[in-house]
Amino acid sequence: MNPQKLPQSSFWNDTGKTGITSWIFSTDHKRIGLLYFYSVLGFFLIAVCLGLLLRIELMAPGRTIMGPQTYNALFTVHGVIMVFLFIIPGFPGAFGNLIMPIQIGARDVAFPRLNLFSWWLYMLGAVIIITALFTGSGPPDTGWTFYVPFSTRTGTNVSLAVFGVFIIGFSSILTGLNFVTTIHRLRAEGMTWTRLPLFVWSLYATAWVQILATPILGITLALVIAERMLGTGLFDAARGGDPIMYQHLFWIYSHPAVYIMILPAMGVISEIIPVFSRKPVFGYKMIAFSSVAIAAAGSLVWGHHMFTSGMSDTAVLVFSFLTFVVAIPSAIKVFNWVSTLYKGSISLEAPMLFALSFLLLFSIGGLTGLILGAAATDIHVHDTQFVVGHFHYVIFGGSGFAFFGAMHYWLPKFYGRRYKEKPALIAWSMMFVGFNITYFCMMVLGMKGMPRRYYDYLPEFAPLNLASTLGSWLLALGLILLLVNLFRGLLRGEPFSGNPWGGATLEWSVATPPPTENFEEEPVVTHGPYDFKSTGIP
Amino acid sequence: MNDTNHHIISYTKLTSVWLTLLALTGLTIWVSGLDLGVNRVWGALAIASLKSGLVIAFFMHMKYEDKLLRWLLFVALLTLAIFIGFTFFDVLYR
Ligand code: HEM
Repeated sequence: MNPQKLPQSSFWNDTGKTGITSWIFSTDHKRIGLLYFYSVLGFFLIAVCLGLLLRIELMAPGRTIMGPQTYNALFTVHGVIMVFLFIIPGFPGAFGNLIMPIQIGARDVAFPRLNLFSWWLYMLGAVIIITALFTGSGPPDTGWTFYVPFSTRTGTNVSLAVFGVFIIGFSSILTGLNFVTTIHRLRAEGMTWTRLPLFVWSLYATAWVQILATPILGITLALVIAERMLGTGLFDAARGGDPIMYQHLFWIYSHPAVYIMILPAMGVISEIIPVFSRKPVFGYKMIAFSSVAIAAAGSLVWGHHMFTSGMSDTAVLVFSFLTFVVAIPSAIKVFNWVSTLYKGSISLEAPMLFALSFLLLFSIGGLTGLILGAAATDIHVHDTQFVVGHFHYVIFGGSGFAFFGAMHYWLPKFYGRRYKEKPALIAWSMMFVGFNITYFCMMVLGMKGMPRRYYDYLPEFAPLNLASTLGSWLLALGLILLLVNLFRGLLRGEPFSGNPWGGATLEWSVATPPPTENFEEEPVVTHGPYDFKSTGIP
Repeated sequence: MNDTNHHIISYTKLTSVWLTLLALTGLTIWVSGLDLGVNRVWGALAIASLKSGLVIAFFMHMKYEDKLLRWLLFVALLTLAIFIGFTFFDVLYR
């Protein structure tokens, strides 16, 4: 970025510091947000390459480009990076930091130094994970779930990788603490709880999950390390331990963690849809409340990952029932978004296209989730490619597409320049079509009985696997076009100033790009976040 | 934290809490030797809760903090209790 070319003084240059240290030691939430953004984006792209390699291996039966051990390592690393380095820190770290303080009318988060420390912890964890790939006796091959007893016995470098994830957990907890405190304490005058933008509500619910659930991941991973180094026997049935206990502990965190991935994405959608339909969001209170309800109820359904583990039938019944309960607040959101669209004056620009495809893809992901949540059908599709298709629909088609939507919606605000609409449209269509080919085929394969986490398969699965791999190439090409168009635009595109989308939340009332202190004078909020009449734009 | 209501706990009090904790640890070990069946878990959990209660009240100062903080901590503990409680749907009925 060339600061001289910016329209005016902003957080890029108004402190007079522009070197690398002014970034990596900055306590400005916007700079930290961008640090997070580029870090998570970098890891995302690495993991996408690994995903494509996995798909190439599965293009034809038998060995295509790698053997079984490499395949095991690659899906593990792909999963670990996507989950722990991309999608969990992605929304709170990048867009939460960039947007949330401005949206509530604050100058910064409550603990700016802690915020910087969180980013450093994240990077430290990331470096440790990457180190684990190239040292010791090979990259971990357990799958991102690190299930015992395999994870305590495999000779690969599991301990170091698990330690990296452990550190990243702390980063996540600190961000959560910071956000809860910020949202409670730093709201501007007049920013009542019912005037909070829905993105802030979703971050608030997410932050509580980060605080309450992440420590359990920490303990669980510490126990895996203890098991490997000290042989504590906690998960070893032969010594009075309980291997299923590991799965409980792991999913007590990791299921709520999927809500860390999806809730802020839903928040983004709740911002984009009203703005691009030029209509106040339908059922504000219900959307806000359902975020909290999803966070609460979603914390109690972890057992649905364990229906075939040998867990008691009573537990299967309870967890299956609760899983269906979570579908209610999720559906409330979807219906509210659709009602917001109804009779709106819809403009189909890139952020909206991603938001609309979120609706479809998330719904497919959510409904296939019910097939998995019903104990009887789960037994048929457990650990098949159906599961892989299902969760890519939710975390990639859902959260991932919301992330791209957020990039198009908010990044121009911070660069003062915008991308071109037409290439964005083409990129979106390629990704949307490619995505569905890739993962729909995987779901069908799963239904037919192709297991997940295998580098080879029966010849009868060949045609759909080929189609899926070709789909992944279209998806990847779309992604490249999206990134090239977006970043070219941000650096050299048309100027973006004022309030081109016509949003009514506070970030659209500050200068573009915002100054370091965000607001010239302390804002006083007099209207709700979706009161478009207040913007004066017809 | 507000300096004006910063409560200082005396050494005698801290030491007696510490000694109580040690005694309770002894009790944990003794109870684990008894044959109580399923109740063993409840026994161990009860003693552990008592111990962490003491740590939270005195060492973590919660006895002297305002309502909001206590309430937040309570939410965290309640969540943990629910998490542990739910695993019993599995463990007790296997
Ligand atoms: C171009 C993009 C992507 C491609 C081609 C891709 C492909 C794949 C494939 C082929 C597998 C392994 C299937 C097997 O079990 O044999 C997989 C697993 C997985 N993917 Fe992706 N993926 C992509 C993007 C993503 C994204 C965006 C996320 C999350 C945000 C994600 C998360 C995961 C996870 C958690 C696993 C499970 C790993 C495990 O089994 O331990 N992927 N992916």
